[in-house]
Amino acid sequence: MNFDFSEEQKLLQKTARDFLADQAPLSLARAVMESDNKYSEELWKETAEMGWLGATIPEEYGGAGFGYLELALLAQEVGRSLAPIPFSSSVYLASEAIIAFGSDDQKKKYLTRLAAGDAIGTVAIAEGPGELGLESVETRFEAGKLTGKKTPVPDGDIADLIVVLAKTAAGTALVIVDGDAGVDKKSLESIDPTRAMGQLTFDGAPAELLGADGEGAAQAEKILDRAAVLMAFEQIGTAERAFDITKEYTLGRYAFGRPIASFQAIKHRLADLYTSIVLATSNAYYGAWALENSSDELGTAACAARVNATEALELAGEEIIQMHGGVGFTWEYDCHMFYRRSKLTGLVLGSAAEWREKLIQRLEAAA
Amino acid sequence: MDFEDTPEEAAFRAEARAWLDANAKLRNPDEPPMGMLEEEGGGGVKRAQQWQAKKADAGWACITWPKEYGGRAASSIQSVIWNQEEGRYRTPPSIFGIGQGMLGPTIMTHGTQEQKDRYIQPMLRGEEIWCQLFSEPAAGSDLAGLRTTAVKDGDDWVVNGQKIWTTGAQFCKWGMIVTRTDPHAVKHAGITYFIVDMESPGVEIRPIKQIAGASGFNEVFFTDCRIPDKNRVGAVNDGWRGAITTLMNERSSIGAGGGGAGVKDLLRLAKQCKRNGRPAIEDSSVRQQIADFYIRTKGLSYTGSRTLTAISKGTTPGPESSIGKLVGAPLRQQMAAFAMDLQGAAGSLVNQDAAEEGIWQLAWLGAPGMRLAGGTDEILRNIVSERVLGLPSEMRADKGVAFSDIPTGS
Repeated sequence: MNFDFSEEQKLLQKTARDFLADQAPLSLARAVMESDNKYSEELWKETAEMGWLGATIPEEYGGAGFGYLELALLAQEVGRSLAPIPFSSSVYLASEAIIAFGSDDQKKKYLTRLAAGDAIGTVAIAEGPGELGLESVETRFEAGKLTGKKTPVPDGDIADLIVVLAKTAAGTALVIVDGDAGVDKKSLESIDPTRAMGQLTFDGAPAELLGADGEGAAQAEKILDRAAVLMAFEQIGTAERAFDITKEYTLGRYAFGRPIASFQAIKHRLADLYTSIVLATSNAYYGAWALENSSDELGTAACAARVNATEALELAGEEIIQMHGGVGFTWEYDCHMFYRRSKLTGLVLGSAAEWREKLIQRLEAAA
Repeated sequence: MDFEDTPEEAAFRAEARAWLDANAKLRNPDEPPMGMLEEEGGGGVKRAQQWQAKKADAGWACITWPKEYGGRAASSIQSVIWNQEEGRYRTPPSIFGIGQGMLGPTIMTHGTQEQKDRYIQPMLRGEEIWCQLFSEPAAGSDLAGLRTTAVKDGDDWVVNGQKIWTTGAQFCKWGMIVTRTDPHAVKHAGITYFIVDMESPGVEIRPIKQIAGASGFNEVFFTDCRIPDKNRVGAVNDGWRGAITTLMNERSSIGAGGGGAGVKDLLRLAKQCKRNGRPAIEDSSVRQQIADFYIRTKGLSYTGSRTLTAISKGTTPGPESSIGKLVGAPLRQQMAAFAMDLQGAAGSLVNQDAAEEGIWQLAWLGAPGMRLAGGTDEILRNIVSERVLGLPSEMRADKGVAFSDIPTGS
């Protein structure tokens, strides 16, 4: 039994953690939140130089050629720092879609730019409120042109390269669109201003097929599964940071002559939060194992990782404010940045309820 | 990252499997492990003892014990592998775990040479069964508040009081008992630890009938029961140290959660039962709930894998190993209650009158006990928060107070 990361992988994680502690303190996320900037361009460049943006991109396309286990640990550290960069959209979604379904030409053309951080990528699926209905998208792709509206698209307003799920004569397809050609990009206000969110309107924008026409929904589902596992690590990193801050605060805050961390009303809830994070981490580990080994169980493992990490982080986001008391809901304290991020990450790939439903469908299919 | 044995582990597993193949029958994976002793009468004890003797003869008893005591100094991971392999066969349930797992190591650490020579071998072979006399009606989570007294009289100690929740007392030849020997000292400093002959005069054992009808535990009453001083384990008034050794050896149920009905059974049940005129499995709230059970079950199981990994590497399992029962017991209770809800009014039936012979009802009736035994949910949260997270311990009203001056509420 060796259900753990290797020493080399842990060393990579440590390097990432130290780097982000230095380069991405919480004040960086706050600076983005309090300005008109949509992300930290400086941190984006630095992560590109570290090779993180091309973590799983093969070396021939300018990437680092790491495995998913390495990327999972990088994701955890990105989450821990609340890094205000479009990492998840560009790395877990756009790059993964092109790695999985791109032709050699497409890989050469796009992955090199994504790995270098010269292009920000994203995947556009949602078309308004409700579930991510992969089969029922209205945006239309025909004769090389894309027409329709995608909203909200994570990092859509800053994306240079957009993978879009569209309706075609054959059913659905993924297509690649240049963010600077025929796309109307609009920034949307979200619950988490440390991350960008956009609305994309295509009016005959030139686009090219990614993968097989007619397979769009199935391909999107595969990409979402992979992203769910990686996002779970990011969520766990964020949850761990929130937990640490909360614990530290309860140890230092005195009431009735003693640290509030000595009251069972607080201790037991911290124990529950810790437990929730441990369970989510274990499910995320299994997701990473399934991803790295292209296991048949990736479908169910991704659902479990996604739901459990979402639950753990949402709990952490609620508790960091509650246990800080009044200061917890001030703008000045950082607690709300965790609360905001917890919900944003819990929604962008589809809500936990959608993933629970998907899990049962997959268990039924496997039975 | 993988789930495979190392070459050494695989070799050990093969060795264990070879012996088990030659000496026991494989169990059908769907068949539950062999039943509780009490349902089998005295025959169960005899069968368990025969199996234990067979293992002892072949060097497969108490494998983690040092070689000088008849073990094979097996590593923790070897112990896990042995338990996994033995669990695949139709073997009698072990009734020796408390002695071999907790009390034996205590005697090895704190006992006299004479005690080691007298007790360890019969314990290893299963010839003498042991029980642990710790909890009392007024001393459960707060064990050091125990009130059973032992008073020196010549070469003996005279014991009076009551113990409770004693597993298997009716089968046992020996017990290990913690007693109050100095009520004027602070509570941890006035305790002495003894080995007591369960067949001696003044010991009365009464089974406790639990809510599911079975009687796995007992009350044990001591009335002027005499224990010779040579049966004392450790120094007078220093028994808390030995008690801690015993409790430290309490096995966490690593990788547990294998037994009993699970998510697969819930999915099947939800297909059979109707809700809103359609199979319940088509109901969204049912689907969401079963998904949640699946995720928690898997989370526990993979947490067990992480713990095993630490054991396999010879390192101390991380803090994640301490949450098993805290998550598993309430989960079991919720799953059972949910299954009964699916059955509707018929969910109220038990045993042969119930669907699936009442497995869910039985689990539901048993679950409250699981949330209490071996550390209540609340005590486990204290343990996680204090020992794992390093939070301050609860302020104690009895700190530095002589035992006799501690308020008791009575």
